[in-house]
Amino acid sequence: MIAELGHYALMLALGLALIQGSMPIFGTRSGDVVLASMASPIALAQFVFVALAFGALAVCYVTSDFSVMNVYENSNSGMPLLYRLTSIWGNHEGSMMLWVFILALFGALVAAFGGNLPLVLKANALGVQAWIAAAFQLFILTTSNPFLRLADAPFEGRDLNPILQDPGLAFHPPLLYLGYVGFSIAFSFAIAALIEGRIDAAWARWVRPWVLGAWMCLTLGIAGGSYWAYYELGWGGFWFWDPVENASLMPWLAGTALLHSAVVMEKRGALKVWTILLAILAFSLSLIGTFLVRSGVLTSVHAFAVDPRRGIFILAILAVFIGGALLLFAARAPLLKQGGLFAPISREGALVLNNLFLTSACATVFVGTLYPLALETLTGEKISVGPPFFNATFGPLLIPLLLAMPFGPLLGWKRGDLVAAAQRLLAAAMVAALAIAAGFALQHGGPVMAPFGIGLAIFIMTGALVDVAERTMILRLPIGTALRRAAGLPRSAWGTVLAHFGIGVTLFGIVSVTAWGSERIAALRSGESIDVAHYRLTFEGLFDRAGPNYRERVGRFVVRRTSGEWLGIIEPSRRSFPARNMATTEAALMTRRLSQLYLSLGDPNPDGTVPVRLYFKPQVLMIWIGALIMFAGGALSLSDRRLRVGAPRPAKKAAAALQAAE
Amino acid sequence: MNAVRRTVCAVLLALLPVLVTPRAALAVEPGEMLKDATLEGRARALSKELRCMVCQNQSIDDSEAPLAHDLRVLVRERLQAGDSDAEVVDFLVARYGEFVLLNPRLSWRTAVLWGLPPAVLLLGMVAVVILVGRRRTTPAAETPNLNPAEEARLLDLLRREN
Repeated sequence: MIAELGHYALMLALGLALIQGSMPIFGTRSGDVVLASMASPIALAQFVFVALAFGALAVCYVTSDFSVMNVYENSNSGMPLLYRLTSIWGNHEGSMMLWVFILALFGALVAAFGGNLPLVLKANALGVQAWIAAAFQLFILTTSNPFLRLADAPFEGRDLNPILQDPGLAFHPPLLYLGYVGFSIAFSFAIAALIEGRIDAAWARWVRPWVLGAWMCLTLGIAGGSYWAYYELGWGGFWFWDPVENASLMPWLAGTALLHSAVVMEKRGALKVWTILLAILAFSLSLIGTFLVRSGVLTSVHAFAVDPRRGIFILAILAVFIGGALLLFAARAPLLKQGGLFAPISREGALVLNNLFLTSACATVFVGTLYPLALETLTGEKISVGPPFFNATFGPLLIPLLLAMPFGPLLGWKRGDLVAAAQRLLAAAMVAALAIAAGFALQHGGPVMAPFGIGLAIFIMTGALVDVAERTMILRLPIGTALRRAAGLPRSAWGTVLAHFGIGVTLFGIVSVTAWGSERIAALRSGESIDVAHYRLTFEGLFDRAGPNYRERVGRFVVRRTSGEWLGIIEPSRRSFPARNMATTEAALMTRRLSQLYLSLGDPNPDGTVPVRLYFKPQVLMIWIGALIMFAGGALSLSDRRLRVGAPRPAKKAAAALQAAE
Repeated sequence: MNAVRRTVCAVLLALLPVLVTPRAALAVEPGEMLKDATLEGRARALSKELRCMVCQNQSIDDSEAPLAHDLRVLVRERLQAGDSDAEVVDFLVARYGEFVLLNPRLSWRTAVLWGLPPAVLLLGMVAVVILVGRRRTTPAAETPNLNPAEEARLLDLLRREN
């Protein structure tokens, strides 16, 4: 019964989405205020029904109702509650339900908290949001229905893929989806502005909190996925340039560019057309990412042809939404008047530079990800595009961007003084130079470029601190006055400082672990030792252990310093899951401050030795700590009064102009 | 086990169901490694640029598939026979095609791939220079964007002023 109720609720939600996508827009065109103001209540109702459908699916999973095919295929009554819940989105159908649920949630949030939005903009934006919702609800109902029943209910489910039985599954996909789908709000507002043919700085003010929120979730989602892959895969890589990873990186790059161009638009009224285009691109890339993963083209171009229904459907969604949006953009963009003059050397100029490099980097990832698919489809030739390509193209594009980053916040709006900014950054440059010198002095035979990478990371971090020092004048004013100035700084300014500082922290971690990480591969007998960096691991033997739904063979290792000091015991293992006849490698990690020792086991050899892979990962945790700092910067900025959702109208002038426009 | 890697990557976006081979070993196994540290270093560096053709986007250095094992051994054999790095790569391309290279060679087929990133950057720069230059010479762009109602009100105000 529950599954049928969920199915029915989803159909009703589709009906509501169709009404929400047509009536309010018709109302704004014909000047019917009643029709236009229908958008908000319908958006709320649509959310209620999507939530009911999602809740019904959740109940089926929690109660292990194996008469529902989707539950039977992806769950097992022996799993802990957490995994029974997270396995809702551990499969295609369920993850699309999560997508639609988050989409409806965002629509409802705009409806509930967008009280200060002009009626026309709100009605049109919610209308566009409903088109997206309707398309994906139709997709679920026709090709990926999670509520299908089995004629004979089995006693036990087939279990969730063991690799997914990890707390990471609870956070990573929802965060990514919050990011992807969050960009749909910017998209809907952009389309609404194009439909209306009118846009101003206030538009950026309304859209920026949504973009910022989506960007924060995406940042955390990508970083979380990276850490998950790092500890789960058994060889300690943190980024693989896999197409699926690239699919999440592209919206992040476009979203980061959008975040910055929206600042220019809000403060100076410039870059309007470009910001609209970026808003369209960021969500389009999210849709492309969904297509890449959901259609099966990544496994092989041929997999797409084997079960084409889903792929063709998503391809059609892509064509309609991206093509339609770009056509509308081409038709309407010339109507949007540009404003806000600025000199090339200015805060605006720096943000244009930021956008230029981020967009080029995004295009690089795009072509690298899709070119092999395109070439094979067109000519049948197969080529590979892997990490060496991205390192050779993406890296050089990022370096000028990172070098220029500390300058941006120090330049004034309209007309900046590059020499003055450079003078202020002199201290940061000197600290960076010291770091480079120290790097060369301390490294033994590492890559020549590594100390420069560390220097760049230090330059970015100290550059962010210089920004704070300049704004608070901490070096020139008495400390009390400076602290008062610091407290008076807008939170968005602190947000910028933190986010930029976080980039430096992440870069530091990446350079350190790539250049100075060490690896040992050996086959050990019980009692033998292996050294890495200044640690010595002694193998004490293998033993078996049983988990709730798996068996594992555990290796026991004592960790000491090479000087002999006892540090602890780590136990890497290999697990086998009988329900799916699958095995996973559980690496053992020991954290030493920001660095980690990383040990994974192979299957024992016939001669009784056990192959092990041991890594020392210096400062590896900084990669993800940097992402957390970026997230915190975003959160601080989001809590700024100016951007607070539902805050009273901050600028009377902008509000008055819009009332006149209604 | 190569599919393990594939799965977690897939999870990054949306959790593809996968088939995983039940037996597993480490990628580079101790027995494969060469005694000569310089040769072994070259072999590892080469392995990172060569694709395991039965895996999804994995180098033979990372993969645990039997084919990757064979290729690693093959690379080491060629190196021990005195081949240069380029000769090893040529040998593998002759045998398996360009698909084996994770770093595609520059040719007519890959011109767009390699050319697009610098082209986007250059075109973007040109566009920015032209647009910023044009905007500086047309100060009229500073005029605010008024709708007809505001336009009328402005005229009204100006008339009253006179």
